[in-house]
Amino acid sequence: MKICICISNVPDTTTKIKFVNNNTAFDNAGVQWIINPWDELALTRALDLKDANAGAIEKITVVNVGLADADPTIRKALAIGADNAIRINAEPKDAYFIATQLAEVIKKEAFDIILCGIESCDYNGSTVGGMLAEMLAYPSVSSASFLDIQNGQIIVKREIDGGQELLGTKLPFIAIVQKGIAKEPRIPSMRGIMTAKTKPLQVVEAVAGEPFLSYNSFELPKSKAACKKIDPENVKELVNLLHNEAKVI
Amino acid sequence: MSVLVYTENWDGKFKKLSFELISYANEIAKKLNSTVVALSIGNVAEDELKLLGNYGATKVLSVVHDKIKGLDNQVFTSIIAQAVEKEKSTVVVFAHNNTGKAIAPRLSVRLKAGLVAGVTAVPASFKPFTVVKKVFTSKALSTVVVNTPVQIVTLLQNTYGIIETATPVVVEAFHPQIQDAEFTTDIKEVSKVTGKILLTDAEIVVSGGRGMKGPENWGVIEELASLLGAATACSRPVSDEGWRPHDEHTGQTGKVIAPNLYIAAGISGAIQHLGGVSGSKCIVAINKDPDAPIFEAADYGIVGDVLKVLPEMIAAVKELKNS
Ligand SMILES: Cc1cc2nc3c(=O)[nH]c(=O)nc-3n(C[C@H](O)[C@H](O)[C@H](O)COP(=O)(O)OP(=O)(O)OC[C@H]3O[C@@H](n4cnc5c(N)ncnc54)[C@H](O)[C@@H]3O)c2cc1C
Ligand SMILES: Nc1ncnc2c1ncn2[C@@H]1O[C@H](COP(=O)(O)O)[C@@H](O)[C@H]1O
Repeated sequence: MKICICISNVPDTTTKIKFVNNNTAFDNAGVQWIINPWDELALTRALDLKDANAGAIEKITVVNVGLADADPTIRKALAIGADNAIRINAEPKDAYFIATQLAEVIKKEAFDIILCGIESCDYNGSTVGGMLAEMLAYPSVSSASFLDIQNGQIIVKREIDGGQELLGTKLPFIAIVQKGIAKEPRIPSMRGIMTAKTKPLQVVEAVAGEPFLSYNSFELPKSKAACKKIDPENVKELVNLLHNEAKVI
Repeated sequence: MSVLVYTENWDGKFKKLSFELISYANEIAKKLNSTVVALSIGNVAEDELKLLGNYGATKVLSVVHDKIKGLDNQVFTSIIAQAVEKEKSTVVVFAHNNTGKAIAPRLSVRLKAGLVAGVTAVPASFKPFTVVKKVFTSKALSTVVVNTPVQIVTLLQNTYGIIETATPVVVEAFHPQIQDAEFTTDIKEVSKVTGKILLTDAEIVVSGGRGMKGPENWGVIEELASLLGAATACSRPVSDEGWRPHDEHTGQTGKVIAPNLYIAAGISGAIQHLGGVSGSKCIVAINKDPDAPIFEAADYGIVGDVLKVLPEMIAAVKELKNS
């Protein structure tokens, strides 16, 4: 079985977001780039499955749509334990464009399980995984919080309001993963970091494709009015304010 | 022309969320000189379907099909695509919830219609279709232009509100073509908590962080929540430690919510936590550290010990209720 993890290269979650060119572009200056947290958890789960099902999973591949500046992030995924990587050499313009590129490669490589994150923490699309599934005409399970292989059978659970559903599905399929899929992301071992340098990172050219969306401008949320501090000896005042001023209780 | 809204039902009932989506679509329809058509899939009584008319829907398409047992992404996509074609919809509206996130992207590809996920307002213009959405985990907003003739949006819950507009509404049975081969997932087992106010539905949320010290102290959070008709939530370390169930975790890697009131007790206000709650209309912070970043996001704050402040809050709310 071959597993593919689509990884997106995103600003570290603590990044102070700024924009340039009259608020039309994200300011890259000084930004640390990471594997999108969901994708890191998806990779962790795939590696756990490989460890637990020796032989059943032959290869774990990470795929990214990005320019060469994504390579350090891709190498990190290799250091964590992916066997190989493919980078589709294009600027990730929007979800439709990204999914178009991913679909090309995934069709060729004939993966059995494709994992995407529920959203990337840059443009927060929650979109690429579902689009990819539709382009490939594969089943998709969104909000997947559990994935296992038991006696050769795929077991997947998805989150629903107030609970979970256990699903059966056909291979190949796409799981769009969220919280629960793995607890803590794996971190690269020393050996992992050493071997990552020699693992294959194949760069392929993009196919033609047009985005559906353009992100024309950005703004930071309006700064909030200062917090009204209430005397800890007068908690009643807080409740009064919530009732009479904010009118929320 | 129409604006199509997928209105999900929960055991045959709609939620406030459904009414919010219709209200939102109604404003769009007015601007486009168009009408709102709601699509319902599953067994929902006629009276319940007609409720959608109270918020501006003029037609409700009701799909009842005995093979549909639950959400199958491909089947639902196919049904909605057929409804769009039948109603000549130019805008399709979903909730930005598990269901919307599962289907809207598939529909986008099927219809070649641009999708903007997690919008927070009605489009600022329609030529071209221009709408604002949150980006960078709520740290910024972006004005997005959609370059396709049909547009799809998913609306963040509790950002638009519910607006009543009594409208004459017709309910129409809709029979889309569905092939057996389109069913690709089947639900084998469902586990669900009932009777709990869902975090995503709640107007008030009482949330605890590591400053609560341990699960044994959650009684005050639960009591305050039950007095206020609120849902309970927590920060990520709290759910990671197993003090609270995972579905209570809010933040960038948990649930993103926008209640009217969010009470953060013993939560430092890490940027990843704020990513999930900064859309709240009013935030109250209780923290013993006056420099905790949560106070920058809060509207009201008390610098003090949660285990002392929360019981006093409970007493004050009880007093308010009795007055
Ligand atoms: C990729 C990534 C994703 C993440 N996603 C999330 C997420 O989705 N949600 C999330 O919550 N976190 C997330 N985190 C973790 C986040 O960075 C913080 O570690 C976490 O939010 C801190 O939780 P906390 O506020 O409960 O605990 P702490 O940061 O330990 O804060 C506890 C607070 O309680 C106060 N306190 C202590 N005792 C008392 C008392 N007796 N009375 C009053 N106040 C008291 C302290 O002053 C302190 O401010 C993420 C981290 C990463 C790296
Ligand atoms: N540039 C990219 N390259 C590869 N995978 C991506 C890329 N962007 C997004 N993805 C995948 O799609 C998921 C959801 O992203 P999004 O739809 O942008 O929120 C991510 O978690 C990744 O799995």
